[in-house]
Amino acid sequence: MKIQKKKGSGVHEGDLTPMIDMTFQLIAFFMVLINLSDAEQNQAIKLPESTLAKPPEQPFEYSITIHVTDDGNAILNGQEIPISQLGPYLNSEKTAIVSTNKSIADTTVIIRGDVRAKTGHIQELIKICQDNSFEVFALRAKEKVRYGK
Amino acid sequence: MKIRNSGGDAEEIKVEMTPMIDIVFQLLVFFIMTFKIVEVEGDFNIKMPLSAPSEGLPQEDDVPPMKISLKANGAGRLASISLNGEQFPNMQKLNEYIITIVGDDHGPGSVRETAEVELDCDYNLHYVHVVEAVTAVSGTMVNDEVVKLIEKIKFAPPQEPG
Repeated sequence: MKIQKKKGSGVHEGDLTPMIDMTFQLIAFFMVLINLSDAEQNQAIKLPESTLAKPPEQPFEYSITIHVTDDGNAILNGQEIPISQLGPYLNSEKTAIVSTNKSIADTTVIIRGDVRAKTGHIQELIKICQDNSFEVFALRAKEKVRYGK
Repeated sequence: MKIRNSGGDAEEIKVEMTPMIDIVFQLLVFFIMTFKIVEVEGDFNIKMPLSAPSEGLPQEDDVPPMKISLKANGAGRLASISLNGEQFPNMQKLNEYIITIVGDDHGPGSVRETAEVELDCDYNLHYVHVVEAVTAVSGTMVNDEVVKLIEKIKFAPPQEPG
C-alpha cells in the first residue's frame, strides 16, 4: 500500500523573534546596570546607616579605601591584615602616591567600618594613618532611606 | 523572447539561529550571575592632622572643642551620651541641642563654622554608635534636604582597651 506523504505536516517552527527581542532587552538592562568598579566595596562589611550619608558630588581626587572588620582586622587592596601591622602597607601606598606626584595630605583615607567594629580599632587605624602622614579621612556610611516621609 | 521563470526551484536561504541564541543566553546568564545591587553610600569627612605640640599659650579667641563622651556597656552598645558633662538620653536629643547651639547663623565666624566637636569614645563601643553621633552633630534633615551643623569633628586620643 502506498502511504501518501502529507504535505506541510513537518516541523513547526515557532516565531522566535519576540523571545530574542526580550532576551536582548534583558542583556541590555544588565549591561547598563552592571557595576564593574566595585573594587572599593566589600560585601563582608556591613556599613552603619545614616540619613546624612549622601553620595559625594565629585569623587575624591585620590583615595585609599580601608575596610575594618568586626574582629579588628583591616582590609587593604583585598588583603586582610591586623590593624597593628598596617604601617608597612600604608608606607608602600605612600610611596606609590608620591611617585605619581600626588600630595599625601590631599589623599583621602576612606574608612569602611563594620557596624560591630570596635571604635578603638577605628581610632588605632586613624593613628597609624596619621603616623604615615595621612590626615584627611572619610567615614563611610550607607544611606538610610526614610520611607513615607 | 520567452523569459524563463527561475523562482520555483530556488532554495530558500535559512539563517541558522541556534548558535546566536546559545550565545545570547550565555551572555544573559553571565550578566544575571554578576549582577549586584549596589547600595548608596556617603561619607563624613574628617580632617585630623597629627597634632604637633602647641607652643606658647592658647589664643583667647580659640573656642574649646565640645567634648562628646560616648560610653559603652560590656556588649559594646551605647550606655550613655554626654556633651561637656551634660547627659542626653538619645542621639535625637543631642541633635536638637546642637541645633539650638548652632542657630541660624551661617555667616563667616559663626558657631557653625568655628565650633569643633571632639568624640571621646570607649574602646569597645560599636562603630555604628560613632556614626550615629557624627550624624547627630554634623547635620539634620529639613524637608529632605541636609542642613549642615558642625563640620569640624575629630576623635580624642584612643582609650586603652578595657
